[in-house]
Amino acid sequence: MAQVSITVNGRRRTAEVEPRLLLVHFLREHLDLTGTHVGCDTSQCGACTVLVDGRSAKSCTIFAVQADGSEVTTIEGLAKGDDLHPLQDGFWEEHGLQCGYCTPGMIMSSVNLLEDNPSPTEAQIREGLDGNFCRCTGYQHIVNAVQNAAARRSS
Amino acid sequence: MSAAPVLPKLVGERVKRREDPRLVQGHGTYVDDVKIFGLRHAAFKRSDVAHGRIRSIDTGAAEAMDGVEAVFTGTQIAEFLDPMPIGTPFPSPEHRAVATDVVRYVGEPVAVVVAADRYTARDAADAIVVDYETRPAVVNPEVAMTGHPTVIHADFDNNLAVPLVPSGTGVSPDGKTVDDSVVDKAFADADVVVSQRMVNQRLAPTAMEPRGVVAHYERGKGTMTVWSSTQNPHILRTFVAKLNGMGEDEVRAIAPEVGGGFGAKINIYGEEYVVSALSKRLGLPLKWTEDRSEAFLATIHGRDIIGYVDIAATRAGKVLGLKLRLIADVGAYNMLLTAAIPTLTMLMANATYDIPAIRTTLTEVFTNKTPTDAYRGAGRPEATYFVERGMDMLARRLDMDPAELRRRNFIPADRFPYKTQMGAVYDSGDYAKALDRALGNAGWQELQRERDAARAEGRLVGLGLAMYVEVCGLGPSASLPTGGWEHSQVTVERDGRISATTGASPHGQGNETTFAQMLADQFGVPFEHVRIHHGDTGVVKQGIGTFGSRSQAVGGTALHLAGAKVREKMAKFAAALLEAHEEDLVFEDGRISVQGSPDTGKSFAEVAAYAYVPVPLPAGLSPGLSEEAFFEPANNTYPFGCHISMVEIDRDTGELALLRLVAVDDAGNLINPLIVEGQIHGGLAQGIGQAMIEEVRYGGDGQPLTGSFMDYAIPRAADLPRFELDATVTPTPVNPLGAKGVGEAGTLGSTPCIVSAAVDALSGFGVTHVDMMLRPEKLWQIIHGGQA
Repeated sequence: MAQVSITVNGRRRTAEVEPRLLLVHFLREHLDLTGTHVGCDTSQCGACTVLVDGRSAKSCTIFAVQADGSEVTTIEGLAKGDDLHPLQDGFWEEHGLQCGYCTPGMIMSSVNLLEDNPSPTEAQIREGLDGNFCRCTGYQHIVNAVQNAAARRSS
Repeated sequence: MSAAPVLPKLVGERVKRREDPRLVQGHGTYVDDVKIFGLRHAAFKRSDVAHGRIRSIDTGAAEAMDGVEAVFTGTQIAEFLDPMPIGTPFPSPEHRAVATDVVRYVGEPVAVVVAADRYTARDAADAIVVDYETRPAVVNPEVAMTGHPTVIHADFDNNLAVPLVPSGTGVSPDGKTVDDSVVDKAFADADVVVSQRMVNQRLAPTAMEPRGVVAHYERGKGTMTVWSSTQNPHILRTFVAKLNGMGEDEVRAIAPEVGGGFGAKINIYGEEYVVSALSKRLGLPLKWTEDRSEAFLATIHGRDIIGYVDIAATRAGKVLGLKLRLIADVGAYNMLLTAAIPTLTMLMANATYDIPAIRTTLTEVFTNKTPTDAYRGAGRPEATYFVERGMDMLARRLDMDPAELRRRNFIPADRFPYKTQMGAVYDSGDYAKALDRALGNAGWQELQRERDAARAEGRLVGLGLAMYVEVCGLGPSASLPTGGWEHSQVTVERDGRISATTGASPHGQGNETTFAQMLADQFGVPFEHVRIHHGDTGVVKQGIGTFGSRSQAVGGTALHLAGAKVREKMAKFAAALLEAHEEDLVFEDGRISVQGSPDTGKSFAEVAAYAYVPVPLPAGLSPGLSEEAFFEPANNTYPFGCHISMVEIDRDTGELALLRLVAVDDAGNLINPLIVEGQIHGGLAQGIGQAMIEEVRYGGDGQPLTGSFMDYAIPRAADLPRFELDATVTPTPVNPLGAKGVGEAGTLGSTPCIVSAAVDALSGFGVTHVDMMLRPEKLWQIIHGGQA
């Protein structure tokens, strides 16, 4: 067992974990933060995307011990109280989700995307979300959602 | 004078979804999020051979692990769990949830572990050692149907799950007598016949949430609660109760948030039976969560049908006859609806055309592959693909515009309801209208000029067009062994808020929103005052579920009818309070008042309160405002549309780019166009995926070659263009809403229109057909003279 200390959504969490424990399972099963989902086991789908030290990362591809000392933000940590993050609002406004399973990962990747490029073109959004699968929406409303959020952020 | 209503009418509006605030904040509860005190975890040991007899299973190492509670082999499970039932009347081989003797596909369960946590359960499953006496495997259905090199089920000669079934012109309703004379004459009279063997390849549904189940048998009460990622909790309850020897009153099935289904979560799977049976046996709550690699093996696949298509026509382009010989590879076993799915391909062979003579035949074949069953469209995309590709080949042979050929053969708009050669009764349609709209939106003639100009520059650009009609709103009970109705209960609560239940259990369709829109309008109350409950047999008294694009057409209608009953009763209470005639009352802006004098009315909440404390009780009324309705449609609905695509193939790499996709879909009346667009987008993406990049593949030894997202591609955002949608509206007479259903539409027109566009782009190379998927290697070889 190994001790990890990870700041998750602003709160420091310390635990004894198996060295092989994936970060996503640490979040879901040790901290009950079940908004981060598991959609594959090969790092393709991006449903498990969180921010590690401000950068999007697939939490199924990181051991909890590798995140020791990091700051992690999950979908639960994005809204400020009752105020949704612009991307959360954008996804709601533009019907950017159906079943909602890929949505937390899609939003976390989009947060990183807009940090890097506050006013992306449609093609840049599509390329930027290359690591996130959605089987429901055909992505068009997701693109609209990111554009909507970009406009909110800049206004 | 009455003032204009303050509350806007919501039906037909692009209302933002009620479901989304919880989902965008990670507050949805999917089945793997369910935690119960004392919860144990199950993991399955699965066969890694495609066909073989189990010589021995050594569970010793697994049982010795810390944290392992129990290990069960198939033989042990069979002592207390009957074989899996199916939902079709076809003969079916015995199918154990966990194999006892012979395994027939890679991924078939052979043992199950119960452990304290997920990781230990997996470790223990991996530690089980199985010794197999391997047998030859067969993965090609046309080989399997010779009975060589192996017979998969002893009682099914030549691996025929369903021996040849004829249908269409000249076939008696019982299928026993077949008169080919009309069809033969059509082909004898034809100026031209096009013939092609086509493969509608095997696909993996891949809902982003894999399957999962939690079962909690409570010994003290003798009841069981089962949470499952399912499209139909009521059907799940029926089957789980039956196999556990329990009454339906003793089992509660819950579909929490369900992360996509696409037909694959209609089935009742072995894991659901085993986890519930073990929970009961061990007296413990138990969870199993499928991982993605398991899902590729153990969740049903879709499609996998070979079609031999022959179309007979005159030189002027009038189709005289169609033959469609179908060979469906159903994999190793019959699941819930497996055997019935390809019959829908036969049913829809008439497509949108007035074809006077049709002969279809269907043979279903067992192979050593994962079982197939319903996947978005379920039999209808296959029919559309075969017929539309055939029509495109005919247009090319006749050197006729593909749109013009369609137009010459449409069932005319004035001939509905129209009984097809296949026995379907199309409810309503105006196919020429959808075609014209699509041609106009695409700028068809301009596109043809663009294509020709691009070709003159040496670019490989092509155009494709496809019509579709599908069978939706399933369906009368005669067509569904589970029953084809839907149920709803609508309650006006004592405070005037509205609670409603629906048996149409959603997994992304947004019923909480669309159904609330309907009730808000029906009662003239704010949208925020209406709540829709679903997905829990403890709350929703009865139901069938969500599949076959039936939520709105069947479930929505049941809701509407239940609402109408409550409204009628509430009007009687209001009439008593207002000393007015109930037929003079209007429900508007949260008030019930006499038409034309809103100031005289009572608030909705006041009338509700009176109905629950009815002093005095009006004559003939009982207290309360809660009514239910079952709705059984008299017929299916038949939505239709036209899809047009433009593609370009890179001459150097063979890579196909989809430049444009123009869709006109007619689903009848629409409740929420925003949600409808989302449904069509998603369907298009799956159809485009099938056309371009998706295919489940097996080696000749039955080993899956597409066992993860590393090998099985689904569309990413950058693979798709911005879709150009439009709608025509031809209401159905089958239900009072006029709604036809839209969940599957996108998968129908997209595949043939893209393949036809690719063939068009490659027409300079003498190509008349290319089977899906259109992977670059295949196209490159056509361009560069190799074998495709």
